[in-house]
Amino acid sequence: MSLMMHHYGLPLSEAMVFGLSGALMFAYLPFVKLGGMPLIAYRSRPRAIIKGLQKNLGIKMKMQTFSHPAEGTKALDSLLEQGKIVGAQTSVFWLPYFPEEMRFHFNAHNLIIYKKEGDEYLISDPVFETPVRCETQALQKARFVKGVMAPKGLLYYPVHVPETINYAVVLPKAIKKNAKAMLKTPVPIAGIRGIRYLAKAIGKLEQKDRRYAKLFLGHIVRMQEEIGTGGAGFRFIYASFLQEAGKLLENPLLGESSEMMTLVGDQWREFALMLAKAIRSKESQTTDFSTLKAKLESVADAEAAVYRKLLEGNLV
Amino acid sequence: MDNSKVPQHNISTYANNKKAIYATDENGKYGIITSSGWDVEEAATKQALQELERLAIKAYDQALSGQASPLYFHMYNRRMDLQTLAQAMGMFQWRIKRHFSPTAFDKLSAKMFARYADTLGISVQELRELPDRRANGA
Repeated sequence: MSLMMHHYGLPLSEAMVFGLSGALMFAYLPFVKLGGMPLIAYRSRPRAIIKGLQKNLGIKMKMQTFSHPAEGTKALDSLLEQGKIVGAQTSVFWLPYFPEEMRFHFNAHNLIIYKKEGDEYLISDPVFETPVRCETQALQKARFVKGVMAPKGLLYYPVHVPETINYAVVLPKAIKKNAKAMLKTPVPIAGIRGIRYLAKAIGKLEQKDRRYAKLFLGHIVRMQEEIGTGGAGFRFIYASFLQEAGKLLENPLLGESSEMMTLVGDQWREFALMLAKAIRSKESQTTDFSTLKAKLESVADAEAAVYRKLLEGNLV
Repeated sequence: MDNSKVPQHNISTYANNKKAIYATDENGKYGIITSSGWDVEEAATKQALQELERLAIKAYDQALSGQASPLYFHMYNRRMDLQTLAQAMGMFQWRIKRHFSPTAFDKLSAKMFARYADTLGISVQELRELPDRRANGA
C-alpha cells in the first residue's frame, strides 16, 4: 500500500499506512474454519483496511470485483497500461513465487501490482524483501479462487489523493478509534475480549484430543507469525507507526505507547515460543495448557494498557 | 524487538527467501530488518505440512486398496480438506464426499473431471490415477 501511496504523491511508510487505516485488530472466530482450524485474525480484512484509509485520510479508493476471471485480468491490464499501480487480493496457494512449503489455502493475501512486462506482472508483495514476478495465468488463478475469504478478483487503487495530510487532526482520530475498537468490543470474539476468549479456549484444550490440541497451538503460531507481516501479529508495525506519529506530532505520549507496544509484541513472541515448545514436546510429556492460557491473558492485559493510555491521553 | 534479536535461523520453509521484520536499533528507532526466519515459525509450518502429509498417506493407502477414489488422495496432496475443496469447487460437501467412492468417481463426466483437475491444479490424467509411491515419497 505504501508503494501505491508514494506513486500517487503521498509519501507514506508502510507503518503509517497501516496505522492510519486503523487495521490493527484481533478476532478469534471459532465458527470460520481455515484448514479445519478456527480463524484468528490480527488485522482487519483488506476491504476494511481500504475503507479505513478512505475514511481517515480522505482518500477516495476505487474497489472492484469481477464475476469472470478473464474480465478481471483485462481490467487489471488496462489499469496498468494507464500507468496506475493497483492493489489486489489473492490466494497464497496459487502464487508461484511463494516457497513451496508456505503455500497454503489462505485467500486474504494482499499485494501491489505495479507493471506488466510481456506475460509477467511485477509485484510488490509485503511478505518478501524484493519485488517478485508472476505470470498472467497464475495471478488470475490466485485472484479468483473460491472459498473462505474469496478474493473475487478484488482490485483497488486511489482515484483521489489529498495533496497534504493534516496529521494533527488525522492521527489522533485514527489512533483513538483503533484503540477504542480493541478495548470496547460488543462481542466476546473480537479485540482484547477476543484474546481472552482464545486464552479460555486454550485452557479447554486439556480436555480435547491431544493431536488436535497440538495442531491448534501450531495454528495460532502460523496465524500470528506466518501470516502476520512484520512479526508478532502486526504489533511491531503498529509500534513503528506510533513512533512515527509521535515524531510528527512531537508528542512523547505516543513515543511511550510505541515502547509499550514493542514490549507487547515481544510478549506475543514469547507466547509463540511457548506454543512451539508445546508442539514439539514428546508424546510422554503432558502440555501445561494453563500456563499457556495465563501467558496469553497477560498479553491481553499488557496490550489493553496501551490502548487505555492512547484512548485517555492527549495526542495532539 | 531489538535488531540484534531478529532471528536469522535460515529456515527451510522460506526456501532461501527473507521476510521483513520491524525491529528497533540501539537508539530505539524502528526500521525494517530482513530475516531468514524464526525456528518457531518453521516448527509450526512443518507441523501443518506433516499433518497434511499424514492425511495424504492414509488417503493414498485407502485409494490403493480401493476403499476410496484417487480424488480423496489428491485433495490432501494439494493441501485441501473437504471444506476447502467443496468451497473451491462451489459444491456442497455431501456431493464431494460421494465422489470419494471409487465407483461414483469413475462415473463422473469429462466436464466434472476437468473441474476437479482445474481446482486442484493437476491434469485430468493425474487426477484419475495415483502417483507412483516411490516418486511421491510416501
